[in-house]
Amino acid sequence: MLTQEKQAPASPETGTQLSGSQALLHALVVEGTDTIFGYPGGAIMPIYDALYDFEGDLKHILVRHEQGGIHAGQGYARSSGKVGVVFATSGPGATNLVTGLADAQIDSTPLVCITGQVFAHLLGTDAFQEADVIGITTPVTKWNYQITDATEIPEVLAKAFHIARSGRPGPVLIDITKNAQLQKFDFQGYTPCDHIRSYRPKPIVRKEYIRAAAELINKAKKPFVLWGQGVMLGSAEAEFKAFLEKTGIPAAWTIMGAGALPTDHPQNVGMLGMHGNYGPNVMTNECDVLIAIGMRFDDRVTGRLDKYAKQAKVIHLDIDPAEIDKNVKTTVPVWGDCKETLPLLTQLVETKKHTDWLAQFREFEQKEIDAVIREELFPASGEMTMGEVIQQLNELTKGEAIIVTDVGQHQMVACRYAKLNHTRSNITSGGLGTMGFALPAAIGAKFGAPDRTVVAVIGDGGVQMTIQELGTIMQSGIDVKILILNNQFLGMVRQWQELFHERRYSFVDITSPDYVQVAKGYGIAGRSINQREDLTNALKEMLSNPGSFLLEVMVTKENNVFPMVPQGCSVSEIRLK
Amino acid sequence: MTDQTHPEKQEFNITVYTENQIGLLNRIAMIFSRRKINIESLNTSPSEIEGIHRFNIVIHVTEEVVSKIAKQIEKQIEVLKVYFNTNDDVIWQEMALYKVPTEVIAEKAKVERLLRENGARVVAIRTDYTVFETTGHREETDALIRVLQPYGLIEFVRSARVAIIKDSDGFNRKLREFERAEPGHEVVENEFLDSREKVFTM
Ligand SMILES: Cc1ncc(C[n+]2csc(CCOP(=O)(O)OP(=O)(O)O)c2C)c(N)n1
Repeated sequence: MLTQEKQAPASPETGTQLSGSQALLHALVVEGTDTIFGYPGGAIMPIYDALYDFEGDLKHILVRHEQGGIHAGQGYARSSGKVGVVFATSGPGATNLVTGLADAQIDSTPLVCITGQVFAHLLGTDAFQEADVIGITTPVTKWNYQITDATEIPEVLAKAFHIARSGRPGPVLIDITKNAQLQKFDFQGYTPCDHIRSYRPKPIVRKEYIRAAAELINKAKKPFVLWGQGVMLGSAEAEFKAFLEKTGIPAAWTIMGAGALPTDHPQNVGMLGMHGNYGPNVMTNECDVLIAIGMRFDDRVTGRLDKYAKQAKVIHLDIDPAEIDKNVKTTVPVWGDCKETLPLLTQLVETKKHTDWLAQFREFEQKEIDAVIREELFPASGEMTMGEVIQQLNELTKGEAIIVTDVGQHQMVACRYAKLNHTRSNITSGGLGTMGFALPAAIGAKFGAPDRTVVAVIGDGGVQMTIQELGTIMQSGIDVKILILNNQFLGMVRQWQELFHERRYSFVDITSPDYVQVAKGYGIAGRSINQREDLTNALKEMLSNPGSFLLEVMVTKENNVFPMVPQGCSVSEIRLK
Repeated sequence: MTDQTHPEKQEFNITVYTENQIGLLNRIAMIFSRRKINIESLNTSPSEIEGIHRFNIVIHVTEEVVSKIAKQIEKQIEVLKVYFNTNDDVIWQEMALYKVPTEVIAEKAKVERLLRENGARVVAIRTDYTVFETTGHREETDALIRVLQPYGLIEFVRSARVAIIKDSDGFNRKLREFERAEPGHEVVENEFLDSREKVFTM
């Protein structure tokens, strides 16, 4: 291949003449970006042209679809704790980002997306590949901005990174017209931003609320902690653990919070919500003080709000004041970053054990084991269950892997049964429930945490939504383990049809290609199994394979995920079958 | 009467202080449309501080809804501060313009008296039409429509509501502190925006 000789990037010293594109890439370097996920096109070509000279500083991963690019950016951000960076061209490139933006917005994932835009003088003329990207992405971004002049680039980028990563994180989109990418200007240096006049990322911590919360906790007979992703977003895992261990309070997690406390921690009593554990759901309506930490009372967690924890006094710790009283009325709101508020609270609470109360959760757990879990993890029947596959995976990874899940039954099963020893080990599309998330997110997760084993657990439906990202794996040579749990159905929808629509299986029967052949076509090793006796070996083969590996496991066709809080029911009406 | 299960809806005046930023109106409007809340009136204008704009928005909802909405608006990056008040908490006005044929006004002395009674003020007189203005609450500006309709009202327009919060020192002092600490930016003019023909496209 004939290539131009590469020039080192121009020095970013003050007064240097830089193009907007060069200034942008310098900004990314200063912000600590090492990996960009993207896809080029006409309107972003000047940036790609400049990228050619940044090889040493910025790795670019060519994805196969912009949706894959942004999900990869999300996976990267979630595994690394850094800001994910995504490039896309104007028009169709930018509109392909919308699903990922909505996903990142609802799951508070820090992203900076850069889209190319037509020349400024063509804006609003229905020019080739022009789309009103700012208008389209406004409801699904924390902030967005269109740059039409190169001189704006350093300041806007600094602002973008600050907004994406601070406070309640979220996706930011910067749309840059082609003239601004090409335009040369006197570079005046790059100053990272840590303050915006109208933006208060962290509310001021109110000591009187901390005191009131501590008082409630100290008086409580049956306090109960619910935690969400906020603990991880605030990097407050240690502070959280210290608070829990001093108070002795049992704690349950939302799927976005999974992993912030190890699965085996004695006070970890399980998962909340629609397919959560029996005890934590029932006990929500028994506790006297409910302490919600960095979670937002999503309807998948609360079920019917008018019957949710009515007996309890509620303490809500959240960085986003708009979350307080949004769904559940609080007795004491604790505004602030839980990294700051938790230690203040820990200081004021009494050391306790709550042994009897904790034991009640364990009783419920036993009931759930007898009714559901044992049969799911160690089935008597001949066909494999999703649960036993995850159980075997746990045995082999010993809770050290990052589990990236797609959306559906396998997601609920994986979140319920995966063993997680470390934080940032459960990456899933929580708020939007985006099928097609897992394969690209796993790619991103691996780039974000290259030393860890990354296993994507995906349904036969979801994998076909972004299967082209196998091409990204092939080209980048990344090591991602792909575990397809094939029940030959759009399983979760089928479960609802079985339970709530008289088994009218309307368009949930989905056929699959020969995944092993498909993987082979992309140069990825693979195997498909349908016998239990092959499971352990096949998983071992997958995990020990030096590169990516696709393992398809044929599981029971019509298996349901239980327990379940049917929609419109109270959490205490959770069904074991 | 307000009870727990059916809290009463009423008019709320939302006051929003914002940076002067393109696209922000859209962001704020979406907070209402997403929840299917109709905006009864919306006024936006520069505030007493350069670079900072003030929105006055009127909606008809319950207190719980308006307080949630206010938090969502305040969450927007470029929003400095949001207040919400009932009609009792504010002094509010709307302005209305009425266009009437001049000959009618000239000929019929009664009209002049009615105009005076309604506190109308002439803002323009031409040979063919005259424009009046009144300012007040909705009933007051409505009253003059009824009066002028029989005399050949040609055109009528009413402004959005502006409101001043009674029980507050205002945001003025805080705004000026903001401005002293961080004066607003000069807006960068884009040299390419108005030069369609002269710019090379690929
Ligand atoms: C993009 C998208 N489209 C549709 C849905 C609705 N949906 C939720 S779960 C599900 C079925 C998933 O089937 P599969 O991927 O095979 O996983 P399983 O439930 O069988 O584990 C569907 C269609 C969705 N969540 N996302």
